[in-house]
Amino acid sequence: MAKLRVGVVSPEREIWTGEADMVIAKTVDGEIGIMPNHAPVLGVLVEGGVLRVKRDEGDLVAAVHGGFISVADNDVSILAEEAELGSEVDVARAKDALQRAQASIEADQEDVDARLKAKRAAARLRAAGEEA
Amino acid sequence: MGAQLRQLRRRIKSVKSTAKITRAQELIASSRIVKAQQRMQAAVPYEREITHAVSAVLSNTSNVDHPLTVAKEQPATAGVLIVTSDRGFAGGYNANILREAEALKGHLTGRGLAVKPYVVGRKGITWHRFRSREMFGEWDGFSDNPSYGNAKEIGDTLIEAFKAEDGIDEIHIVYTGFVSMLTQNVIVRRILPLEVEEAEAAPEGIPPYYEFEPTAGDVLDSLLPRYIESRIYNALLQSAASEHAARRRAMKSATDNANELIRVFTQQMNQARQAEITQEISEIVGGANALADAAAGKE
Repeated sequence: MAKLRVGVVSPEREIWTGEADMVIAKTVDGEIGIMPNHAPVLGVLVEGGVLRVKRDEGDLVAAVHGGFISVADNDVSILAEEAELGSEVDVARAKDALQRAQASIEADQEDVDARLKAKRAAARLRAAGEEA
Repeated sequence: MGAQLRQLRRRIKSVKSTAKITRAQELIASSRIVKAQQRMQAAVPYEREITHAVSAVLSNTSNVDHPLTVAKEQPATAGVLIVTSDRGFAGGYNANILREAEALKGHLTGRGLAVKPYVVGRKGITWHRFRSREMFGEWDGFSDNPSYGNAKEIGDTLIEAFKAEDGIDEIHIVYTGFVSMLTQNVIVRRILPLEVEEAEAAPEGIPPYYEFEPTAGDVLDSLLPRYIESRIYNALLQSAASEHAARRRAMKSATDNANELIRVFTQQMNQARQAEITQEISEIVGGANALADAAAGKE
């Protein structure tokens, strides 16, 4: 079966490239699963989403904050404003960030910034395989 | 004679300590160029992909009427983003940038546009303040090591000003493009209204028909600002690398000049010392001769 060539890039670095059998990402319309020979798609990803790349060596999970997914000719590019591989996540720091963000949400329900931070921290924890 | 000797010694000492400073600056700049170049390399994949994505959307939607791509019929104001450095000691780096910015300003004024400067880097900011010119945005503290967050901040400000009713109708950017360690050129470019640089992404055959999630318009809405940010980020990174390269070159020639000065002064000092010794010897010999003559006259 054909494979997907996947690239996860952020403005500051290339995070991961390799071959995969399936990519699952979360766009603003909902989850989208890409398998080889998928029709060309360009989608907007949600803030604090989790990206799953299924491959023979096991799944690769990454926290992806905003950005796009573009698919054409079995090339899948994830353009994230910020992204982090699950294996790179500092769990303790993410938990800490989540708690702080939740505390500021409780203090001020309208705090958009804190909500965003909470979402990101939760995504990082999920990518690391922790319960958020 | 003794005074000249002392003076030369003092000058040599001071030139030596200056040379130490410039040499250190040169080494620091050399090591930072490598890092800056790596960061430029690291940003390439994202730029390539986002350019690709933007041209994909634009080729799929026949009539794009996005506010960021449409030129106003009667542009009245132009924003100019000027990227300078925070610190000096970089030769003509900032002077070149500001000269080009002035030329661009003249050009825009000639077209009947009012120019609003947006300035990055402390040197550019003080340059504008000194001439009491109003700046509509100023950022500093990251010229030698910009992050994407900095580019985003600048991009947000510019896009907002561009979208505002009484804001700006065009945005130009003046920065230093990094060609190689030895060559850096000032580049002037219009970033808004947008012209996608798809020279290399020229359509080979028919571009694939994309599906958009949620819609082409929405995708474009969030894609274009990111594209502009990425262009600004690229400009910042290139400017940072150029700044280090310019500084390295300036400091290298300063060090070379200092070493040349030290050589000349040392020679002069040796000459002066030798002259002093020669004079002393001739004085002693003359004195001894005079004594001998006096003794011989007595006899």
